[in-house]
Amino acid sequence: MAVGLDSGKKIGGVVLGLEGITLSFGGVQALQDVSFDVREHEVRAIIGPNGAGKSSMLNVMNGFYQPQQGVIRFRGREHCWMRPHAAAAMGIARTFQNIALFKGMTVLDNIMVGRNLKMRCNFLLQALRLGPAMREEIEHRRAAEEIIDFLEIQHIRRTPVGRLPYGLQKRVELARALAMEPAVLLLDEPMAGMNLEEKQDMCRFVLEVNDHYGTTVVLIEHDMGVVMDISDRVVVLDYGRKISDGTPDEVRSDQAVIDAYLGVAH
Amino acid sequence: MLYREVGQYKTSYAADQALLPILQDKIGIAVLLLIAFVGVPLTASDFTLNSVLIPILIFSLAATGLNLLTGYTGLLSLGTGGFMGVGAYACYKLMTLFPHVNIIVFILFSGFFAAAVGIVFGLPSLRIKGFYLAVATLAAQFFLSWCFIRVPWLYNYNISASIEVPTKMLFGIAVTGPTATSVTRYLVVLAIVAVLTLLAANLVRGRTGRTWMAVRDMDLAAELIGIRLYQTKLLSFAVSSFYCGVAGAMLVFLYLGNAEPSSFDINQSFLILFMVIIGGLGSLLGSFLGATLIWGLPILLRHVPTYFGLSIESAKVDQSTFMILGALIIFFLIVEPHGLARLWQIGKQKLRVWPFPY
Ligand SMILES: Nc1ncnc2c1ncn2[C@@H]1O[C@H](COP(=O)(O)OP(=O)(O)OP(=O)(O)O)[C@@H](O)[C@H]1O
Ligand SMILES: [Mg+2]
Repeated sequence: MAVGLDSGKKIGGVVLGLEGITLSFGGVQALQDVSFDVREHEVRAIIGPNGAGKSSMLNVMNGFYQPQQGVIRFRGREHCWMRPHAAAAMGIARTFQNIALFKGMTVLDNIMVGRNLKMRCNFLLQALRLGPAMREEIEHRRAAEEIIDFLEIQHIRRTPVGRLPYGLQKRVELARALAMEPAVLLLDEPMAGMNLEEKQDMCRFVLEVNDHYGTTVVLIEHDMGVVMDISDRVVVLDYGRKISDGTPDEVRSDQAVIDAYLGVAH
Repeated sequence: MLYREVGQYKTSYAADQALLPILQDKIGIAVLLLIAFVGVPLTASDFTLNSVLIPILIFSLAATGLNLLTGYTGLLSLGTGGFMGVGAYACYKLMTLFPHVNIIVFILFSGFFAAAVGIVFGLPSLRIKGFYLAVATLAAQFFLSWCFIRVPWLYNYNISASIEVPTKMLFGIAVTGPTATSVTRYLVVLAIVAVLTLLAANLVRGRTGRTWMAVRDMDLAAELIGIRLYQTKLLSFAVSSFYCGVAGAMLVFLYLGNAEPSSFDINQSFLILFMVIIGGLGSLLGSFLGATLIWGLPILLRHVPTYFGLSIESAKVDQSTFMILGALIIFFLIVEPHGLARLWQIGKQKLRVWPFPY
C-alpha cells in the first residue's frame, strides 16, 4: 500500500502554513491557537475524535470560515482570511464530509464545472459557439476525460450525480476537485462510509494523485490503518487544540494521543 | 420518434458535444424548421397564424427567458411581466425617438434595456434567496407596472395610456401595424425566436450554463470551486430579462398591435411561470411545450366541441381552462417537477425498449 513512501518522492518546503488559528462559533471554541504547516508534495493527515475541529480546520484553509485570530500563509503570502474564490484561484481544491456535488448535473458536467477557472472565453463567444469557444470546450473536455479514465468512472459520465451510490459520489467529488488541477487538495473523510474495496480504491487514487501530479494532500480520516499507511505526517486535534504532530509512528506512540483516543479526562 | 442511437459512435469530442449528436434528431429538427419556415406560411390560415402560432412562439421565448433564471439558475422570479413590459416600452420609445431605424433592430435592442433593469432588480440576489428573492422580484413587478401606468412619457402622453403600433417596413414589406400580413409577422417572430433559442441552447450546454446550474444545485460548493456567485446570478438575470424584453417587444409590435399596462401585469408573470413549471424547469424544450399547452388548451376547448356540433359558452371554457391548468400545475409540482419535457424523455426511453418493460 505504501506507494507514496517508498517511491522516493521529494517532499519540498512549506507550501501552506497556519499560525495561531482561533475560531469560535458563539460560545463554541472550534479551534484554539492551532499552528501547523503543510509541505509541498506530502500527504498530511488531520485526525482527532468527533467534534475536534478537523473540518473547521479545512474550512479555514480554503476560506469558507474566517478565523478570529491567526494567519494563513500560502506560498509565502500572508492572509488573515482566504476568500473562497481566491483560495480556489490559488490552487486549493477540496471535497466535503457530506458530499457537495451538483446533484442535478451529470458526472461529466460536474467535472467540467471544476475546469471553470481555467476557461477564458466570454459568454458571447459561448452563445455563438464560435471557434475559440468550441476549441476551449473540447480542450477541457479532453482534460475531464483524462480524469474520468484515471478514476475509472467512464461508465457513468452521463449519469446525473444524484442517482449514483454514495461510494461513486465520493469518487466524482474527487474528480471534480482534480479537475481544478490543484496544488493542494483538501479531502474531508474521503473514505468514510465505504466498504473495504472502495476504501482501497480511494487510497490508491489519493496516492497516485500525490505521486504522479505531485499534488499536496491534506486529508481527514478516521480509519487509523489508512492514516498510518498513506500519510507522511499527522497532526492530531482534540477539543479544538493541537495535541500532537509528527510522523505516523511518532504520533501513534504519543501519550497525549493515546489518552485522547481512550477518553482520559483532561 | 422510434429510433435508437445504437451504432452511432462518436470519434471526436467535437462530434459528441454537438447540439444534436444523433443523426435522427438532426433530421427531425431540419424537417421541423422546414415545416415552420415554408410549410406553415404556405398553408396555415390567418387564424392559426395570428391566434395560435405567433403568440405561442412569443410566449415560448418569454418562458425560455424565465427558465434560464428559474430553471437553470434556481432563482425564482415573479417579475417576468414587468421585464417584458420594459422591452415593449423601450422599443416604443426608441421607435419614437429614431423613427428611421429599422424596427427589427429596436425589437432586439430593447432586450438590452430589459437586461439592464433585470440586473438592477437582481442586485438583492446576493443577499437573499428563495422565497425572499421571489418577493423582491414581486416588488419589481409592482414597481414596473406602476411606471407603465403613471409615467406618461413612456406612452408619449397618449390619452388612452396605451401604445399604438404604427406601420413599419422591412425591405418594402410592412412588418408591424394594421397592414402587416400575419404571414410576414409570423416569419419575423419565428426567425427571432429560432435564433435566440439556438443561442440559449449554446449557452446552457457551455460553461455559462454549467456555472448557472452549479449555483442552482449548491451555491456554497460552487463558490469554493471558484465561481463568482454574484456575477453568475447577475448574468443570469441579465440574459433572462433580455429574452423576456424581446418577447415583450414582439408581443406588442408583432402580435397585439397595441399595449396597455395590463398586458404586463402580475398575471402575465404568473402565466409565464406556469408555462415553465408545466413545461419543465431547466429544459428549453419544456419552455416551448409549456407555452404550447397553456396557450393551446383554451383554444382547443373552444374549438374541438364545435366539430362535434356542441357549443360551450366562453365563460365555461375559461372556467374549465382554469381548473385544468390548476390541476396540471399541482400535478407537475408534486409528481414531476421536470414537467412535460421529462415526460417526453421517459416516453422516448420506453419506446426504445418497447415491448419490454425495461
Ligand atoms: N458552522 C458552524 N456553526 C456552529 N458551530 C460549528 C460550525 N461548524 C462547526 N461547529 C462546531 O465546531 C466544533 C468542531 O466541528 P468540526 O466539524 O470541525 O469537527 P470535526 O472534527 O470535523 O468532527 P467530525 O469528526 O464529527 O467531522 C463542533 O463543536 C461543531 O459543533
Ligand atoms: Mg468533520
